Amino acid sequence: MTAPLIVFFVLAALAVIGAISLILQKHPIHSALSLIVVMVALAGLYLLMGAEFVAAVQIIVYGGAIMVLFVFVIMLLNAGVEEHTSISKIAGAPGLLLVVALAAFVAATLAKSGASVQAATQTGALSSTKGISEMVFKDFVYPFELTSFLILVAILGATVLAQREKG
Amino acid sequence: MVPTNYYVILSAILFGLGVFAFIFKRNVITIFMSIELMLNAVNLAFVAFSQALGKLDGQVFVLFVIVVAAAEAAVGLGIIILIARNRQTLNVERVDLLKL
Amino acid sequence: MRALLSANVGLVITIIKIALLLFIVLTVNAYLTWFERKVVAHIQSRWGPHRVGPHGLLQPLADGVKFLFKEDPTPAGADKFVYFLAPLLALALALTSIAIIPFGPDPLPWKVLGHEIYLGIAPLNLNTGILALFAITALGVYGVALAGWSSNSKYPLLGGLRSSAQMVSYELALTMSVVGVLLMAGSFNLRDIINAQARHPQWGILGWNVWPQILGFFCFFTAAVAETNRVPFDLPEAESELVAGFHTEYASFKFAMFFIAEYTSMITVSCLCAIMFFGGWLSPFPASWTLTHYLPSVILIPFGLWVIMDGVRYETVFGRLVLPGVGSVIAALGLAFIVLPSVNEFIQGPFWLLSKILTFLFVYVWMRGTLPRFRYDQLMAFGWKLLLPISIVNVILTSFVILAKMQWGAK
Repeated sequence: MTAPLIVFFVLAALAVIGAISLILQKHPIHSALSLIVVMVALAGLYLLMGAEFVAAVQIIVYGGAIMVLFVFVIMLLNAGVEEHTSISKIAGAPGLLLVVALAAFVAATLAKSGASVQAATQTGALSSTKGISEMVFKDFVYPFELTSFLILVAILGATVLAQREKG
Repeated sequence: MVPTNYYVILSAILFGLGVFAFIFKRNVITIFMSIELMLNAVNLAFVAFSQALGKLDGQVFVLFVIVVAAAEAAVGLGIIILIARNRQTLNVERVDLLKL
Repeated sequence: MRALLSANVGLVITIIKIALLLFIVLTVNAYLTWFERKVVAHIQSRWGPHRVGPHGLLQPLADGVKFLFKEDPTPAGADKFVYFLAPLLALALALTSIAIIPFGPDPLPWKVLGHEIYLGIAPLNLNTGILALFAITALGVYGVALAGWSSNSKYPLLGGLRSSAQMVSYELALTMSVVGVLLMAGSFNLRDIINAQARHPQWGILGWNVWPQILGFFCFFTAAVAETNRVPFDLPEAESELVAGFHTEYASFKFAMFFIAEYTSMITVSCLCAIMFFGGWLSPFPASWTLTHYLPSVILIPFGLWVIMDGVRYETVFGRLVLPGVGSVIAALGLAFIVLPSVNEFIQGPFWLLSKILTFLFVYVWMRGTLPRFRYDQLMAFGWKLLLPISIVNVILTSFVILAKMQWGAK
């Protein structure tokens, strides 16, 4: 039970508890808070794997911008507790069983794959940020520019959608 | 070191939980959040394989996924606000007809 | 038990450092409130707190006791979990950001249990120094937004939404304005940024990042003031506009937590300004002027003597006993620095860093006493239409200059 393994299990447990809490909470704001917990736990896992830049970007963009957007919308729309509708509980139980079976099947297949891809040692030669920036700006420069277009389109779209109707 | 399989299994579990939330929750915003959970699970798998193979392609892809998720969240939440304004409800089961 | 301790000496030392730093930061916070009240009062031609102890020095203690004993009501209909979580989150994030700041270049002159003790909790090779700090700042929006929402009341909700929208807007300008410094230093690590400014030790003050990055500095400082919700950007918590904004419904200890979080982020921002733009622990004098190494002693000894002389004027215990005690400790420290040269060399870095931090805190408080506040739409327009374009222009200019230098250097 080495230290990285303990840290992994703690963070993994946190992520799974956050995801389950997302499902079980009644108020959307509590679900949003649980999702933030999941994202921070995942950022911790990225740090454990040595991907420090991705961890920082995950917290800054996902945790600090996207989830803030969600929280704002929940507050603006005054989303309340979920109402009860006519979903049948009878259908819910087999559904849950099937999802668990699916996840267990995938997990078992992965666990049994004999030649498991063993974790390589830490990338000591090329630091994560430097390596990523070299790749983004040399090999992936076209997708990078396209994402900037994508963001522009998203900004325009969101602005147009949020306008009140005239007249 | 933590074996890569552990990370991928965790990613599968999170993805499964995201699918469950997507299908069984009724609030439109919670459904949208479960999509983000699924995207995060996939990101975890990407970074795990990037570390296992020793290359940085996975992490670059994760950056792109995060950017696309941000753009999608912005537009999607705009649409959700419009739905809430027009239908006065956030329950997806009431938003199942084109007719108001 | 002893074996466990001796195997993890590094961990134990870090925990002790964290406890010490927390204590120091909380004390500095308390006396920062005293400092602010005194300075703002003197700007407004009045005295500020001067009754509770000599020069009002016990006022923070009185305030602390008041915060502990006030009634702590919870508004009806408030979401209890989130209502309790919000100030906790704000305080935890603000205090965590202090962990990343390096306070001195050299380790302590003595080794403790075989380990060198550097000043600062973060490890020396923290590759994402400043990025981690931005991550923590990004999460700070939640404290404000959730506090406003969970109070179940109009004014906090409006104040919380406005304040978090303001924080998110100025976060962009904040991160972009630092990119120029990062381009010049080539690393996120705060120690590397300071060392990059020490490339020409003979230039002293002229080697600091503020001269080539003057645009970046003004952008950063303005955005940071907006980020910490201070005047002139404090509309969301202004008394005459929104009662008290997002912390209207918070009383006693929870309000104290928000208060401490705000002042701690002020301290963090001052540290960052000093480190990134003003050379951190570098002395403004050229390295060859070694007489300036006695400056800490030259300042501390007269100050200590003045504190002693001032204390005996009072008749209270604090005045007669504690103040002269503190004064003599300060004077003795000053003497010790003259007598022990290795300690004197060690203390140079932290001394300059602390003086720069205090200068920035003074500028913060000075702005509070002097400037009127922005209206909300002016505030948002300022952030998006002025600061963000200026910071982007700064990045472009810096990259062009660095590229030009690389081309000419190659030839």
